[in-house]
Amino acid sequence: MHSELEQVEIKENIMQAHDHHQDDAAAPSHVAAETMIELTGVNKWYGDFHVLKDINLTVRKGERIVVCGPSGSGKSTMIRCINRLEEHQEGIINVNGVALTNDLKNIEHIRKDVGMVFQHFNLFPHLTVLENCTLAPIWVRKMPKKEAEEIAMKYLERVKIPDQANKYPGQLSGGQQQRVAIARSLCMNPQVMLFDEPTSALDPEMIKEVLDVMIELAHEGMTMICVTHEMGFARTVADRVIFMDGGQIIEENAPEPFFNNPQSDRTKLFLSQILSH
Amino acid sequence: MIVNDKTIPSRPAPAANRGVIGWLRENLFATPGNSVLTLIGIAFLLWAIPPILQWAVLEADLFGSDKNACTSEGACWVFVSARFQQFIYGFYPDAELWRVNIFFAEMTAVLVWVLWDKMPKRMWGGIWFLTGFPATSFMLLYGGAFGLEVVDTHKWGGLMLTLVISLVGMVIALPVGILLALGRRSQMPAISSFCTVFIEVWRGLPLITILFMASVMLPLFVPGDIELDKLIRAMIGISLFEAALIAEVIRGGLQAMPKGQYEAADAMGLSYWKGMRLVIMPQVLKISIPGIVNTFVQLFKDTSLVLIIGLFDLLAVMQAGIADVNWPNIAIEAFVFTGFVFWLFCFGMSRYSLSLERKLDTGHKN
Repeated sequence: MHSELEQVEIKENIMQAHDHHQDDAAAPSHVAAETMIELTGVNKWYGDFHVLKDINLTVRKGERIVVCGPSGSGKSTMIRCINRLEEHQEGIINVNGVALTNDLKNIEHIRKDVGMVFQHFNLFPHLTVLENCTLAPIWVRKMPKKEAEEIAMKYLERVKIPDQANKYPGQLSGGQQQRVAIARSLCMNPQVMLFDEPTSALDPEMIKEVLDVMIELAHEGMTMICVTHEMGFARTVADRVIFMDGGQIIEENAPEPFFNNPQSDRTKLFLSQILSH
Repeated sequence: MIVNDKTIPSRPAPAANRGVIGWLRENLFATPGNSVLTLIGIAFLLWAIPPILQWAVLEADLFGSDKNACTSEGACWVFVSARFQQFIYGFYPDAELWRVNIFFAEMTAVLVWVLWDKMPKRMWGGIWFLTGFPATSFMLLYGGAFGLEVVDTHKWGGLMLTLVISLVGMVIALPVGILLALGRRSQMPAISSFCTVFIEVWRGLPLITILFMASVMLPLFVPGDIELDKLIRAMIGISLFEAALIAEVIRGGLQAMPKGQYEAADAMGLSYWKGMRLVIMPQVLKISIPGIVNTFVQLFKDTSLVLIIGLFDLLAVMQAGIADVNWPNIAIEAFVFTGFVFWLFCFGMSRYSLSLERKLDTGHKN
């Protein structure tokens, strides 16, 4: 893994976070690290329906957060507010020091630094895998095409599908498409990666190949917020697990105590239901 | 317990399912009902085709210069050859016909350049098609520069006029239609209501009304010293009418796009216009090809309506020919030929669109 790491340009501070993580148990001990995302008193309504209620969340650089909860609990909505796919109506969201407002410049600036992986991959079907990966670097980062392609190939190698570079997404399996989607986000060299149920639309045998890529990414020190029901993943890589229900954060804890000793009744019920089989 | 570790080799399908016999069996004689329909169909073709063939080809007169050359029972195609110049050029002066020919040649060349994917530098072809080609065509056809004599638009006619109106209509309607469709879905109330009203008004009016208004009413509202050519007025009317139709076709395509495509484009930081240009529109145009081509085919045929405001397109020239006392009883030949020419162009467009759909198919069905 380290030889692969050397090929990959990763910002120095992320590397440090990575090293830090090695001697780090499950508990988030790097308190001193700088704040990457901060949600303060965030509220959101769809019409009269109150989807997000007083959300307060701070994510530090290099931290890995897993968000779980029943469907309709607002977990996807919450992470979609972080890159303004959804607009929040009250509260403050700060991403990498920039506050999200209606200012389009701010929004586009934040989106450059925040990668997102969707449940349904959302690859662009009219472009090849390579073109999917180079589109944003070329048009948003103004990178020369050749350089963008080199970087894209590097990330495609990292998600282990460089041989599919010239195929169209429609020719790939779900797991391969999701790995392309991850590579596509990484090509923008993001500061944070948001995962919105990345394995929920996959066949069981493809879930592992995607989780492996995500675990590797986590070990490299990427700041991640991941909405998922993969509790094994949460145990392995999360610094904190957040349980949401009814638009609120019900419980927030390190994975060990979260799974072994949940405090709230709703958390207990939820865990008993998803871990029972 | 069953354990099967032998792989069964693939065998060819039974002979009855393969080859000509298999095809016939599957497609023509699958059931007794199908067999009866097949036989009825064959009987109808045997009954209908020979007389048509006899009239149109076997007993037709092809050579000569006037009605007297038509002596046999069949079609009198002499009419077509005698009137050929008018069908193609309208009343364009004899001495200047070479200009129209150059226009035809340039049109063919630039269309092949733009539409055929094996041509080099098609980007430049597209740019020339939208800039240089209209400019040189106007120069050639209208004249007034480089020592070219001015040929007034009322002398334009025939196939040339049909093509000019159609091309201008298509080239204007597509981009305007795309903007209207985007505008109609805009979050900004002023833009979306303007586009909605524009589309609904133009789409709701019959093209004939629009042409009448362009030729009769518009001059009443425009101050006297500004005189807009009748052809230009008709072109503007047709283009905007078509743009409204295209806008709705494009809007249908936009509705069909999965929300995730917009979100993925947004999430990677593409601005609205970049997202539209690079992600959404290429896909929307692809799924809208049948609708767009349908509208274009309709536009091509609808250009014949300009005859009611006194422009002599292909059909109008034909009708004038039918009224000629020297050519009695020629209506059938005239209409069959005109219909055939229109059909040829429309069929060409339709075939091209099919091949384009196949070429752009990347195996992804949402």
